[in-house]
Amino acid sequence: MSEFLLEMRNIDKSFFQVKILDDINFDLLPGEVHALVGENGAGKSSLMKILMGIYSRDAGTILLDGEEVNFHTPREALSAGIAMIPQELNPILDMQVAEYLFIGREITHTNMGPVSIVDHKAQIEQAKNLFEDTGVDINPRHLMRNLSVAQIQLIEIIKAISLDSKVIIMDEPTSAITFKEVDTLFEQIRKLKTKGVGIIYISHKMEEISEIADRITVLRDGKWIGTDTAQNLSKEKIIKMMVGREIKEVYPKVKVELGDVALEVRDLLLKDKFQKISFSLRNGEVLGIAGLVGAGRSELVETIFGISKPEFGEVLVHGKPIKIQHPMVAIRNKIALITEDRSATGLNLKTTVEHNISFVQLSKLARFGFINNKLERKKVEQMVGKLRIKAFSLKSMVNSLSGGNQQKVVLAKWLLSEPEIIIMDEPTRGIDVGAKRDIYLLIGELAKAGKAVLMISSEIPELIGLCDRIITMAGGRLTGEIPRDRFSQEEIMHYASKFEVRE
Amino acid sequence: MKTSAKKKTLKWNSLRELGILLAFIVVLVTLMILSPTAFAKPANLLNIVKQASINGILATGMMFVIISGGIDLSVGSIVALSGVIAASFAHPGEYPLIVPIVLSALAGLAAGVLNGVGVAYGNIPSFIVTLGSMTIIRGLALIYSKGQPIFGVTDEFEALASGFAFGSIPILVIYFLIITAISAFVLTKTVYGRRVYAVGGNEITAKVSGVSVKRIKIAVYSISGLLAGVAGLLLASRIVSGQPTSGQSYELDAIAAVIIGGVSMSGGSGKWYGTVIGALMIAVIGNGLDILNVSSHFQLLIKGSIIIVAVLLDVKGKRNQ
Repeated sequence: MSEFLLEMRNIDKSFFQVKILDDINFDLLPGEVHALVGENGAGKSSLMKILMGIYSRDAGTILLDGEEVNFHTPREALSAGIAMIPQELNPILDMQVAEYLFIGREITHTNMGPVSIVDHKAQIEQAKNLFEDTGVDINPRHLMRNLSVAQIQLIEIIKAISLDSKVIIMDEPTSAITFKEVDTLFEQIRKLKTKGVGIIYISHKMEEISEIADRITVLRDGKWIGTDTAQNLSKEKIIKMMVGREIKEVYPKVKVELGDVALEVRDLLLKDKFQKISFSLRNGEVLGIAGLVGAGRSELVETIFGISKPEFGEVLVHGKPIKIQHPMVAIRNKIALITEDRSATGLNLKTTVEHNISFVQLSKLARFGFINNKLERKKVEQMVGKLRIKAFSLKSMVNSLSGGNQQKVVLAKWLLSEPEIIIMDEPTRGIDVGAKRDIYLLIGELAKAGKAVLMISSEIPELIGLCDRIITMAGGRLTGEIPRDRFSQEEIMHYASKFEVRE
Repeated sequence: MKTSAKKKTLKWNSLRELGILLAFIVVLVTLMILSPTAFAKPANLLNIVKQASINGILATGMMFVIISGGIDLSVGSIVALSGVIAASFAHPGEYPLIVPIVLSALAGLAAGVLNGVGVAYGNIPSFIVTLGSMTIIRGLALIYSKGQPIFGVTDEFEALASGFAFGSIPILVIYFLIITAISAFVLTKTVYGRRVYAVGGNEITAKVSGVSVKRIKIAVYSISGLLAGVAGLLLASRIVSGQPTSGQSYELDAIAAVIIGGVSMSGGSGKWYGTVIGALMIAVIGNGLDILNVSSHFQLLIKGSIIIVAVLLDVKGKRNQ
């Protein structure tokens, strides 16, 4: 018997004559965390989909415990002991935690197939035991709706454990959780390791990978680039392997003279979301907002932009108060908001790259309501060139693009409106290193051109690298303001987790 | 590399409508072969377009609503209401012809505006709002006409829908063409049209991008209502009376035409010419099967099957993308 828990050998896969996986090798030892890294479109997800039986492969073999396997559906993979925790969790929100945990394999009083009666008590008991074993503090009677993203993730992990999974695939498990919750997640991962479970860990976050991974495999453009132990691979080395070139300065910070106050927020309040927030932002400045998920950062910028109406307070643009009632008003005042969730609030996935990019500015590209198609095409082409958006054609559906390019489409759409104040909510979440760098460069350029940039990010190194000043929020309150010369990870985290602040 | 990829996406985007067109041609040719004398006669083919016209006008309005992500069940009732209103103002020697025309269109528009306000401000699903208004408006039509058909309209009124233009082309066909041309232009060339697609594609993104989603919604239901008012007027002219029970289940034929035409029920996509083909398809099948002496009972089975196949194609097409 082979020492490997899982072996994938010489995997090939093509779509429409385009090779997306070319002779890929990947293996996993029991009790190992094997990180799979690569830019978006490198083939990580496709490889995992082949493993789970979602895609068929063109060539290659998969061995589980030394025996060849061939899954046709995720269900088959699951019953063989391979579980996947997807990046986007889609739980059934109106179910109780215990019900959700045992969905599809309900504990019943009698065994009468589909008409058996569910033993609710036993399910709750079982769930409690599972939670105790894993040291998780969740009430099995709560509704899934009331859990945080991190808790839902834990439930998925516990579900995988309770199915006796030997291999657990985690796809960007930390993209939506706070750093404290990351600790809890890593604790669970370490427990799984001692039980001999192998974990395939997909992530873009280098710090995490070096902390949790035993081995790292890098893919690029559908090809296997290398596999080595985490000790042997420095962050710089991984990035170089991923992008095929060396990125010297990860955060290109541009020195800019600050101008007048562009945006001022006074005592803004939205009940249960954030309390009396005041700050100002100057032309040429990049201001960061740090905080944990749920600190009220997104709600704050959405209110400034007019998506929600504040209960108190005012927003001034270049010294003049604006009426916050609809994003329309914000756009008229040359404010742009790159929202956090591009597929939910940034893009119309049912239309083309071109129609997405021109959308905000459409009435300016029209006369008496009739669109000037030539002008539209010209403007869109300029933006696509400027942001180096990779698409087959402007008429391609936007959902055929990679995450990084989709994010650039959102940026292009807002930059086309020539904003003076640009608000970005997690602008680099879930996108690859190359696209991240392009966005960092763009932020620098915007500041250089005298625009005011307000940026929310959960990646503190990113804020430290790009901002002139950082304000922190915790529990809906402003808890700190840190100038660039005092930036440090510890200082920012200290303020961002300052829950006890009361006035 | 770049050009071949370009071709591929273009092909994918228009494949759906192409499929509908092919299906339409297959049906047409089959019927021509089965009935070369009666069905394939030019006069009969023109007659088919005429039969498609009223449903086509309703389907055009319905298309706006469905692209925006909603549905309008009230159009059949609006046909009846505007029909009885039109007929009641079309008695000889009472009002000039313009009065029934304007009033019936206004009645449809008003109903549409109310639907739109209900959907946009009441935040109630369009299915529920228009299910309610469908019943209310049918009631209004019956109350207004005291439950009786309204006869005795002028010859001019009758000529509205039964006349011919350019010699032998039924005037109904001309109306249908004009309405289709305007709505095609609005959907493809105007800012408003683009916003209708955007609201159906992703309402929140549209709002964040500065679109007044409420205004767009009110407008699509208003367009649907107005066109249903026009359809009611034309139907009253064609049947030379205002019938409070007319237009029953017309909304279903309109929805069917839109769906057969490849407009997605979830909103945000669809082409105007798909809807035209959808309306023609329904008329062709009805007419062809009549000529072939297929009982109207069996026609229902065929019509229903075509709707389901159309949606199946829709789902398959999406999966392939």
